[in-house]
Amino acid sequence: MILIYALIALGSLALIFGLILGFAGVRFKVDSNPIVDQVDEILPQTQCGQCGYPGCRPYAEAIANGDDVNKCPPGGDATVKKLADLMGVEATPLAGGEAQEPIKTVAYIREDECIGCTKCIQACPVDAILGATRQMHTVLIDECTGCDLCVEPCPVDCIDMLPLKTTTQNWKWNLESISVKQID
Amino acid sequence: MKASTQLNMSSSPHSHSQKTLSSVMMTVLLACIPGILVQTYFFGYGVLLQCIIALITAVVAESLVLKLRNRPIVPTLKDNSAVLTGLLLALSIPPLAPWWIIVIGTLFAILIVKQLYGGLGFNLFNPAMAGYILLLISFPVQMTSWLPVNSLQQYSLSFFEQLQVIFTGFTSDGFSVNQLRMNLDGITMATPLDTLKTDITKGLTVTESLTGDVFNGFAGKGWLWVNITFMLSGLYLIKTKIINWHIPIAILSSLAFCSILGPLFSPDIHAGPVFHLVSGATMLGAFFIATDPVSAATTNKGRLIYGAFIGLFIYIIRAYGGYPDAVAFAVLLMNMAVPLIDYYTKPITYGHGKIQ
Amino acid sequence: MESLLEQIERGMLWQAPGGVHPPGHKALTESIAISQLPIPEKLIVPIKQHIGVHGKVLIESGQFVLKGQALTAPNQPWSVPVHAPTSGTIVAIQAMPSAHPSALEEISIILSPDGKDTWCDLFPISDYASLDYEEIIQKIQMAGICGMGGAGFPAYVKSQTDKKIEFLIVNGVECEPYITADDRLMQEHADEIIHGISVLNHLLKPEKILIAIENDKPLAIKSMQRASESFENILVKTIPTKYPSGGEKQLIQILTNKEVPTRKIPADIGILVQNVGTLFAIGEAIHKGKPLIERVITVTGKTLNKPKNVWALIGSEVKHLLDNCDFEPQAQQRVIMGGPMMGFTLPSVRIPVVKTTNCILAPNQIELPFNDNEQACIRCSACADACPASLLPQQLQWFAKAKEYDKLEDHNLFDCIECGACNYVCPSEIPLVQYYRVAKAQIKEQQEEQIKAQRAKERFEIRNQRLEREKEERLNRHKKIAKPKTADEQTKIAQAMAKVTTNQSDKSAVSAAIARAKAKKLQNQNSETLPDNTEVAIKRAQRKEKARLYREEKQKETLDSDNNQAPSSETDDKKSAVAAAVARAKAKKLAKQSESDTNKDSREVESTQAEDPRKAAVAAAVARAKAKKLAKQSESEKNEGSSQVELGTSDDKKDSKDNN
Repeated sequence: MILIYALIALGSLALIFGLILGFAGVRFKVDSNPIVDQVDEILPQTQCGQCGYPGCRPYAEAIANGDDVNKCPPGGDATVKKLADLMGVEATPLAGGEAQEPIKTVAYIREDECIGCTKCIQACPVDAILGATRQMHTVLIDECTGCDLCVEPCPVDCIDMLPLKTTTQNWKWNLESISVKQID
Repeated sequence: MKASTQLNMSSSPHSHSQKTLSSVMMTVLLACIPGILVQTYFFGYGVLLQCIIALITAVVAESLVLKLRNRPIVPTLKDNSAVLTGLLLALSIPPLAPWWIIVIGTLFAILIVKQLYGGLGFNLFNPAMAGYILLLISFPVQMTSWLPVNSLQQYSLSFFEQLQVIFTGFTSDGFSVNQLRMNLDGITMATPLDTLKTDITKGLTVTESLTGDVFNGFAGKGWLWVNITFMLSGLYLIKTKIINWHIPIAILSSLAFCSILGPLFSPDIHAGPVFHLVSGATMLGAFFIATDPVSAATTNKGRLIYGAFIGLFIYIIRAYGGYPDAVAFAVLLMNMAVPLIDYYTKPITYGHGKIQ
Repeated sequence: MESLLEQIERGMLWQAPGGVHPPGHKALTESIAISQLPIPEKLIVPIKQHIGVHGKVLIESGQFVLKGQALTAPNQPWSVPVHAPTSGTIVAIQAMPSAHPSALEEISIILSPDGKDTWCDLFPISDYASLDYEEIIQKIQMAGICGMGGAGFPAYVKSQTDKKIEFLIVNGVECEPYITADDRLMQEHADEIIHGISVLNHLLKPEKILIAIENDKPLAIKSMQRASESFENILVKTIPTKYPSGGEKQLIQILTNKEVPTRKIPADIGILVQNVGTLFAIGEAIHKGKPLIERVITVTGKTLNKPKNVWALIGSEVKHLLDNCDFEPQAQQRVIMGGPMMGFTLPSVRIPVVKTTNCILAPNQIELPFNDNEQACIRCSACADACPASLLPQQLQWFAKAKEYDKLEDHNLFDCIECGACNYVCPSEIPLVQYYRVAKAQIKEQQEEQIKAQRAKERFEIRNQRLEREKEERLNRHKKIAKPKTADEQTKIAQAMAKVTTNQSDKSAVSAAIARAKAKKLQNQNSETLPDNTEVAIKRAQRKEKARLYREEKQKETLDSDNNQAPSSETDDKKSAVAAAVARAKAKKLAKQSESDTNKDSREVESTQAEDPRKAAVAAAVARAKAKKLAKQSESEKNEGSSQVELGTSDDKKDSKDNN
């Protein structure tokens, strides 16, 4: 008899609390950023297409629909982890086995060899190459995202991907990297 | 100028106060010694023996784990933290407890509570106290077999006899620890706190209980001096800036405050502040155990809160709880609350305060 | 209720939280008068020694310059010129290791002194009150003066603040151990410092001027008191010795109990702080017309037999200073530019001293032992007790190690002044300040990357819109011109297109895909009445490629045969070089392409990348099969086809002309 009373008591308590929770969930719902925008914020916006999608936004949409989160090499492991955290999935290692922390590179056109064909200009997803037909082409370093989509189309193969130079403004306090240690 | 000399690089600041981890821990160890000696004087060589066994076990356990973790053994042992843990645990258990009690306790404290959580600096709970509680809960009989002070003992034991009791459980004459605890009237003696608690449940008032043999009128015989010694050592540590004053003063003030309030409501079943402050492990706990920096709160305001609640818990468990001494439980409970306390007591950074 | 000014005049002082008391070691150099150094053999003057931008270089290599002659001229705001420290010849203007912890190269002017030390023309001003406000500011700027306490803030920018300044604080505190440069300067040149103070007094008109000196410099206090006796406005305040009381924010708190709000400057609360060295330089610049070319530097440490304070020319190599103080390097020697708490180690003694260098320290292992023994944090919070900014260094250290940058910002990492007091007291010898510096650099970079990523996204979107727009315009253009074709004409077009497809000699993946697309279009052609122009554009591009290839082959032949002959004109040369390069690149590409041909096919068939190699192979096989089918289809159509028809606009014709 006691058992039945206990069951009834606990059951009704559970019912009441469940109703309260459900009501609170609906009444106090928080309007958050749609998931696609949140994913897009995390992606590095290089628009390189290495993930297989034409740009970062389409990949963001694909992730929102359940695609793998480990397809973005320029973002590195940090991005994979952040996306995994956001989407609540497991952080698998980067597809294609890229380096842990990708070194940031920018394109550099060897101007002596440029023939002014505008192929790289058409390829650049963020319009970071300045130039016109039969005129010198050059890369705007501030705008270049390092996606290296321009290297392939160049018919004379004059584009290099070079790492950005370290200056006193962006030195990361790595004392080991200082080479000269003379006393004379 | 010698052309062969190379220039060395280091990151600023290049100056250091030379107050290192090992020197800090060593000072605390040295400050414990007067208290150990006083405790030995009143309760027998068992105290020293337990300390030695604890020391050896702690060092061996830590070396073993460091080897498994591929860490450098000697430099890490040099910071004296394992030794300190073992010592504090040894001071908290009955002097004639069997040898395997202290060994199990120390192993648990070092291996599981300290190293398994990540080693020095990463443990959540105070290792010595967690070890003590494991022992208390698992082996209640051995852990509550406290001998009375030397002056009250029926049979006085020499060093070797005590050694024998610890390792075999019996003296050469065949007496067990329980028998040793009995006084001339055949009543088993216990610690002052335990005696008080039992007397209160029997119906005696505090004043009546305090007239017993175990007490000297207002506090436990022997325990009074042990606590005073630990208090003086603790004050020395505060003066040399090894520990901050916030935790001990907060604990003692809070305990004193509660134990003043208690008798105001019902003096018959609540002992006064003087009794509480010098009984059991109060001073040892306040100055040496609760101030363990790794498991205590880090901000000064947080420390005050941490200490205050420990004092409160000590009083509540002593007065209303099932165990006679409560320092270990109070400390462990507050260890759990430390992250919360730290979060809410962050100091206001320069420039972020009210605009003048 | 006393006002703040009255409280200060009464002698009230407040306290900054935290702080440490490292041993002073000032006895090594504090009783020796500042000595002159002989002129060094070489001077390296970096063109930027302050916070801001460098000026335009005025001189060139080989030119003779006089002492005090301007080497650069300011051409932007926050630009401060540098001057020749002595007369001599410019040897070179090149990148040299800079006086920065990284020792990265920065452009410097290398000067070879002629030993004569001839001054250029100076224009001292006897009565600055007669000058305009703007003229005085310009004079300060052109003298090249920047903050000499260590930060290097351009003095003219600070002096021309448009905020009302209540207190001008003269920083003679010098709280760091070992350094006695400001101490001796105040003892020997108090009058010149007061000159500089009076110039600023004239510019800013503060209510009160406070000269702050620590109580371990009694002679300096007396000297400044004597020099400022006649000035009612100036008050000399003695503050207790504690590191880092000399920090700008801490000094303001000690003297006025005000706090500089985070990310703001002291001028925002009506206070201006200047170092005594900077004021001395301002005094010299106005009173004697001298630009900033030398400064007092403490050269000290127990490895020197004759440590002392020296007047060093800006640009002297550290080696010159050390040699003059009888340097005896030991094993594991460190040479530190700056004090022991905030200075940085130098990788070489050939680095020049700059306007912000106040000390060269060459300690032995006993006075400054090398600490390399980091252990785990025990949360003792000695660091939090020592922090003058009331931060929680142990928390910052946990987060910096875990790279949790948002938590670091929440805990106000950027309010850390990097004084090193926390590191000084840490029993676990954790290099706290190093962790913070690395974290700060990472956070700054992250923030910049965030901004860049946002920009990249915008540019991408704008570009996509532009391409869409252009596509639409092209379609519309053709809509207007083309008329609907009859069925006959349609089949003719289809056949022509098919023919063009089959005339491809190389079976590149691109053409295969195009062929497939074409096939699809052919199927839909019956419903459409308009030809799609983009097809023709692609075809055109392919024809161009073909023609170019043909031309290259031809040129290669002629090149091979004409190896011994010199090319007739430059353009031919260039063309052949270009062609050769193109051929090389093409060959490389083809080689690569033939390897990954099948993979490319599969990628174009499916929109997502097939990572599994087996999948790729399968997809490739499918693609190949499809391509074969199409080829067969177009083959059959070819048999029915007629001659090629030139379609398209006049552009086509022009391009084809160029190709030929």
